[in-house]
Amino acid sequence: MNLRTFKHGIHPADGKALSANEAIRDFRPTGEMVYPLNQHIGAPAQPVVAVGDPVLVGQTLAQPGGFVSAAICSAASGTVKAIELRRTVSGKEALSIVIENDGQYTPMPGVGERRDYTALSGQQILDIIRDAGIVGQGGAGFPTHVKLTMKEGVQPETIILNAAECEPYLTSDYRLLIEKTDRVLEGLQVVLQIFPQAQAVIGIEANKPEAIRLLTEKTAALPHISVQVLKTKYPQGGERMLIHAVTGRDIHSGKLPIDAGCVVLNVSTVMSIRAAVCRGIPQIAAIMTVTGEGAASPCNVSVPVGTSHRELLAFAGGLKGEPEKLISGGPLMGVAMVSLDVPVLKTSSAILAMPEDEVARWEPTACIRCGRCLRACPEFLVPPMMAHAADNGDLGAFEKVNGMECIECGCCTYVCPAKRRLTQSFRTAKTAVNAKRRAAAAKK
Amino acid sequence: MVNISTSPHIRSGLSTATVMQDVAIALMPALLMGVFVFGLRALLVILLCAVCCTLTEYLYRRLMKLPQTVSDGSALVTGLILAMNLPASVPLWIPVFGAVIAILVVKQLFGGLGQNIMNPALAARCFLLISFPALMGAGMPAVGNLLGPDALAAFGQRMTTLAVDATTGATPLQMLKDGQSVDLLQAFFGFHSGCIGETSTVAILVGAAYMLLRGVISPRIPGIYLAATVAFVALFRAVTGEPLTGNYLLGQLCTGGLMAGAVFMATDYVTSPITPWGQVIYALLLGLLTALFRVFGSSAEGVSYAIIIGNTLVPLMEKVTIPRAFGKRGVAR
Ligand code: SF4
Ligand code: SF4
Repeated sequence: MNLRTFKHGIHPADGKALSANEAIRDFRPTGEMVYPLNQHIGAPAQPVVAVGDPVLVGQTLAQPGGFVSAAICSAASGTVKAIELRRTVSGKEALSIVIENDGQYTPMPGVGERRDYTALSGQQILDIIRDAGIVGQGGAGFPTHVKLTMKEGVQPETIILNAAECEPYLTSDYRLLIEKTDRVLEGLQVVLQIFPQAQAVIGIEANKPEAIRLLTEKTAALPHISVQVLKTKYPQGGERMLIHAVTGRDIHSGKLPIDAGCVVLNVSTVMSIRAAVCRGIPQIAAIMTVTGEGAASPCNVSVPVGTSHRELLAFAGGLKGEPEKLISGGPLMGVAMVSLDVPVLKTSSAILAMPEDEVARWEPTACIRCGRCLRACPEFLVPPMMAHAADNGDLGAFEKVNGMECIECGCCTYVCPAKRRLTQSFRTAKTAVNAKRRAAAAKK
Repeated sequence: MVNISTSPHIRSGLSTATVMQDVAIALMPALLMGVFVFGLRALLVILLCAVCCTLTEYLYRRLMKLPQTVSDGSALVTGLILAMNLPASVPLWIPVFGAVIAILVVKQLFGGLGQNIMNPALAARCFLLISFPALMGAGMPAVGNLLGPDALAAFGQRMTTLAVDATTGATPLQMLKDGQSVDLLQAFFGFHSGCIGETSTVAILVGAAYMLLRGVISPRIPGIYLAATVAFVALFRAVTGEPLTGNYLLGQLCTGGLMAGAVFMATDYVTSPITPWGQVIYALLLGLLTALFRVFGSSAEGVSYAIIIGNTLVPLMEKVTIPRAFGKRGVAR
């Protein structure tokens, strides 16, 4: 088979066997539900409910606070208990709408009703996506309706379904692909309804043979959708790496996928689009993998957004022993959680319980200039030079050695024998450069 | 409570110590061959270098109240490489002195591992060569009876005495320079005079294969360096009009310090470029300098000086060869 890929990258132990064979279970928590207003890129959402208001499943709690913003809908029914600062996964506090969950899950009228997407225009579909509060589920939560809104005269050639799921341990996309294959494909067809000229390509890593078989079989009769099998390598699901593998085109930090004629969507995002357009269900669930060697019974769960991580973990069987580290997301790009008493976001993908913290075990030592990080970096960067600039606070030098191209994938840090915390330095330096750029832009 | 740190949260099993361990293992065939050829005294020189390098590092870090680093194994590797570059016949204070120069002056005073601009072992060797030429070069031990019916007895003899063989033998590289031909097979196996670890091409290649398999080194630097040396030597000989035979060219490749230098010293992480094109330029430059020294220099050898000079130019080579970032290699479409 012709396996496409990108250059460099790493092959960490994938840990997927822990949960890959666990069917997605539905979870209906009874505890309070918390909705931070900033769980997407862009302006925070604006509350449209007040304390004391009754709410139903699917009801809009907050409207987009601008064009680049997203609505937030309730995943439970109950009453608005408070609108106050709550701690989020990142450890910071954010203004959040808190719902007292009545445990009934009474839906809003219309939620769950079938709708024929073929009768809708592209603009109607985009409006539904916007009102459903859909944001990209792979990474930072970019509002999907913004991603799908094209400039005058621009049309994507390729819609790439990111089914790589290259992060170790995560299996939720894989489960969706094999359990809900038809729905994923229907979601893709909804997107193709917006862009009738485009071709859809499903980019999937070779380590998911069952999903590849199903997708190949079911796309045989769909002329506009094809399957591209990719080499199993991290970060194959990185947007730039995926575009490179599928189209051979390369973009850098100053460009968007559309500059390469592409729109890249995640499996769960496409599922959300389908649910919103074909069933009138806004983005109120996250498909999550609760896993890791420190999880008592690794599994995949469909979790209502707003659920406390603590309640989810209890539902999923709890912990085994006392893990040293709890991560929201995968081991390479996830965020270490300070507390379990934080809500599941639209972008949540996993709880990973690590019995041993490998980071704490290794103290960083001097760079031996072995060059392994250069050979791992999918962006062809020179991490020791970037680290030197970043650690000296020399932002100019950091930009000069292409520091802003770093996608924070963690490959360099993973391979470094000196255990240097490279990615961490780069993240800090990038944040500082971005702040400087914003300040400069504001002055003008 | 759970630990907090930023991603990534996993690390490969590799550490500086495991990398150094691999290099030390790769050095073993060449060093053992040295002991076989030169006897007990070679073993003593190797041990002295290893112990003194490690001890110097330990004492310096301790006295300066710096974090202890001996356990990363880099000082040990420096010691082994220093020993590789010494003739077995040196007075025994030379390894001790060399170790102090390598670790104290060339490595630690520059800031320790990763900061030194020259390969510590090679810089120490060059210093010793310049300061004590009579002790370092002229007294290359003659090779005893290695093969034949009495080989075992001769080996036993070599392993039971620390005395230096009074007879000294010309190195094959010197013979080549003097216009003689060398026995290539013997040179390949390392049955000739020279420094402890440099004589046996085959043993060095075994070490190289190990490092390549373990991903410790890539073939880029040693491959280009070796090829460039042969090419430039051929070119210079053609220019000077001296006879150019296959024996001469192959002899250049597998006698003297070239093979050991290309495999173990030119590939030293700290003192070679990390950028791909920097490595190409570096290896080409080493080949050019080695050929220049060997063809036109007053001594037959030139590898150590070539590498040391190359080392000092590494920052410059890296600066001009920063790779283009991923999306900036071609146009988007
Ligand atoms: S992998 Fe680590 S030790 Fe090796 S060059 Fe990169 S930063 Fe330095
Ligand atoms: S974190 Fe940045 S520098 Fe490191 S490998 Fe990824 S893109 Fe390259």
